[in-house]
Amino acid sequence: MSKANLLDRRRVVSALLADRKEALVVGGLGAATYDIAAAGDHARNLYLWGAMGGAVMIGLGLALAQPQLPVVIITGDGEMLMGMGGLATVGLQKPANLSIIVLDNECYGETGGQMSHTAASTDLVGIARACGIQNVHAISTLGEVEAFAKTLQDVAAGPRFASVKIDSANLERVLSSRDGNFILNRLRGSLGLNPM
Amino acid sequence: MHARADTAAEQAASWPNEIFAVLQRFEVRQVPYVPDAGHSQLIARVLASPGMRGIPLTTEEEGVALLVGAFAGGQRGVLLMQSSGVGNCINMLSLTQVFRFPFLTLVTMRGEWGEFNPWQVPMGSSTQAAFELCGVRVLRASHPAEVREVVEAAAAQAYNACTPTAVLLSQRLIGAKEFTK
Repeated sequence: MSKANLLDRRRVVSALLADRKEALVVGGLGAATYDIAAAGDHARNLYLWGAMGGAVMIGLGLALAQPQLPVVIITGDGEMLMGMGGLATVGLQKPANLSIIVLDNECYGETGGQMSHTAASTDLVGIARACGIQNVHAISTLGEVEAFAKTLQDVAAGPRFASVKIDSANLERVLSSRDGNFILNRLRGSLGLNPM
Repeated sequence: MHARADTAAEQAASWPNEIFAVLQRFEVRQVPYVPDAGHSQLIARVLASPGMRGIPLTTEEEGVALLVGAFAGGQRGVLLMQSSGVGNCINMLSLTQVFRFPFLTLVTMRGEWGEFNPWQVPMGSSTQAAFELCGVRVLRASHPAEVREVVEAAAAQAYNACTPTAVLLSQRLIGAKEFTK
């Protein structure tokens, strides 16, 4: 189901990653992973096809290990809701190079469009702020997305969190590799690290 | 009795320091944890160490995911938790097979060896089986003298052979928690 005036998720992710430079990008389970693949396969994309609720924590481990590089987590509202405790852990560690973007369609699009908590009552931006993440944004226009995208490169001003309200239309899946070990070692290779 | 944490004997235990030394030798950098009394001495060492980052979690599964990111970024980590937390990790442990990253966890046991609290027994009794169902190898240390070599072996097979490994630190080693005198 599609509502007027809500952003197209692929345009949002394309805008976020258009000038990604050296950034490492973690895609949460579900449509967020397809969106990142649709924006262009990249050695520094860590696509998740499972581990629901783990995207933020995987990004945190990466951000702490590579503090000089921007780390960008792009995930959905359902995936974020399952791992909300990770926002408290990020708020405590305060990695300045970490950015979390939730593509909020207010539903579980991958499983039939059942409504999520953000449709009615849960305010993820408020939760992020209350967890100690001070740089938070509630985004609803492409202009705001583009302005936010520029800030991702600043590895001294995070952690930052943005919730972007998007259209709930189910788009054609763009499938990345599903081989976790390949994806992981390709990313490590891009950092000059050897496979195990 | 095996009183826990508040006796002079516990404070003087040397095995937590030996674990810390093993982690230093293996260049472990990220140490996510959910606190447990049995890990308190080791956690204090980690938090005081300039080379390691202690990372308090809200739930143990966060630590499994964190260690994927750490390895992707070139750092080793170890997850510290209590046996009750192992059940919280089940789905996230899939990552050890999907990514084949080096996974090491040190688990303080409850629900065995003179346990007072029946609520600890179900998860404590299934901790080892749960790990093994998830493809994680389990080693156990029950006596102070064996802790160093068991943790060293676990770290070696986790980091060198990429074998997901858990060390269970027995309640016999730690001492059953005393609720009444």
